[in-house]
Amino acid sequence: MAMEMRLPVARKPLSERLGRDTKKHLVVPGDTITTDTGFMRGHGTYMGEEKLIASVAGSVERVNKLICVKALKTRYIGEVGDIVVGRITEVQQKRWKVETNSRLDSVLLLSSMNLPGGELRRRSAEDELAMRGYLQEGDLISAEVQAVFSDGAVSLHTRSLKYGKLGQGVLVQVSPSLVKRQKTHFHDLPCGASVILGNNGFIWIYPTPEHKEEEAGGFMANLEPVSLADREVISRLRNCIVSLVTQRMMLYDTSILYCYEASLPHQIKDILKPEIMEEIVMETRQRLLEQEG
Amino acid sequence: MAGLELLSDQGYRVDGRRAGELRKIQARMGVFAQADGSAYIEQGNTKALAVVYGPHEIRGSRARALPDRALVNCQYSSATFSTGERKRRPHGDRKSCEMGLQLRQTFEAAILTQLHPRSQIDIYVQVLQADGGTYAACVNAATLAVLDAGIPMRDFVCACSAGFVDGTALADLSHVEEAAGGPQLALALLPASGQIALLEMDARLHEDHLERVLEAAAQAARDVHTLLDLVVRQHVREASILLGD
Repeated sequence: MAMEMRLPVARKPLSERLGRDTKKHLVVPGDTITTDTGFMRGHGTYMGEEKLIASVAGSVERVNKLICVKALKTRYIGEVGDIVVGRITEVQQKRWKVETNSRLDSVLLLSSMNLPGGELRRRSAEDELAMRGYLQEGDLISAEVQAVFSDGAVSLHTRSLKYGKLGQGVLVQVSPSLVKRQKTHFHDLPCGASVILGNNGFIWIYPTPEHKEEEAGGFMANLEPVSLADREVISRLRNCIVSLVTQRMMLYDTSILYCYEASLPHQIKDILKPEIMEEIVMETRQRLLEQEG
Repeated sequence: MAGLELLSDQGYRVDGRRAGELRKIQARMGVFAQADGSAYIEQGNTKALAVVYGPHEIRGSRARALPDRALVNCQYSSATFSTGERKRRPHGDRKSCEMGLQLRQTFEAAILTQLHPRSQIDIYVQVLQADGGTYAACVNAATLAVLDAGIPMRDFVCACSAGFVDGTALADLSHVEEAAGGPQLALALLPASGQIALLEMDARLHEDHLERVLEAAAQAARDVHTLLDLVVRQHVREASILLGD
């Protein structure tokens, strides 16, 4: 039986390999950004003794008179219209509490939820009692942000047939800052799987459904066994996403697809090895640069 | 110990350092991918690991939620293999609880908790190897971890221990120097403003010497700040380069 052993070795940081430097103004907490009092202070800064001081470690962004410091990674901050993937944590009286990697748990009101069959009617007391039949603690859902409360908590809705409970698939949790904002976040990749890139950093990879179920409204969880070929595609995609995240690349459908194609020569489990990860992501980076420039 | 000279006539300590010299510090941020923020620090032979989760919804009793600020929850744990003699209880004993409380006081002073009402920030610190100055190493590791998590802070919190031997103030005590039984002081400082987050001493020290020991600890904490500052800037710069402009 063959055994593989690996020993730790010091590696050069990838940024040196890229050979470029950043033009951004980087600050750490306690740094004075400016002493000019004409500026308005945004996120990541605070006013102390007539000076504007940074409160997080990141890059300074200036828009006219507004100065803010964008931290490297933060929890998800909701904005109206974002697609999120979340997990139900609680079933309360007329709503569900959903965990979405944000500061406070998000809220999914019963009235914002699609009833099975796509009916549009007033929610009755029976609906309230039957809430647990629709969504239980631990279920995963995809939803859209409807509104943001004043304290930062987010209100979700699933008022479209493409949102709802998620069935079989793989969840990858990444930092929200690495998910690029695009027109659509539901992608059917040509390699044979589909992916939902939640703005909150939760990424859901699942086998492409054979036919779009129109009536179910996203509630029937498809529990048929998934074929081995599909499973391999999904595992490979998951490892590719993890390697992109480790090398801090933005995630969107093109980058994931290029990374998948670059990883095909290697075995699925080899993708997570540091040197192969770097090689694959380098290739992806080059292809993306060629495509843009 | 009779034969052990903590400070020689030429001014050298047991490990060859000068009175105000710090031990070698090495630190890394972002060691765990699954936590919001994490950091690892080595101060000489003292090794500490800090992990931060948050800010997130308060788990457990909803009644503990503060309507205007975030709740900071700290837990200190030292590995069973961290000291010379194997420790029986890694956490939950009196000393760990006290350390947890001190860490909480320190970080409540530094983190801008008003920005995150009704949420909770968890800081878990574990000491992997204890060779003196464990409180200081924990605070330094936790500062880096909180910065890694992107939680807004007033300033860095830098800590160092100090002692007093033969009329000289010593900075950054090792286990040998702590065990000798002299007075020792732990100081956590916000370097930019010079404000003290926590000052702890549980020994007897004459009032006249306090000023000097305090100054030695403060200077050592500022030196620690210089090093941690470099680590954070390097980390931010590297991440910025990888993300691209």
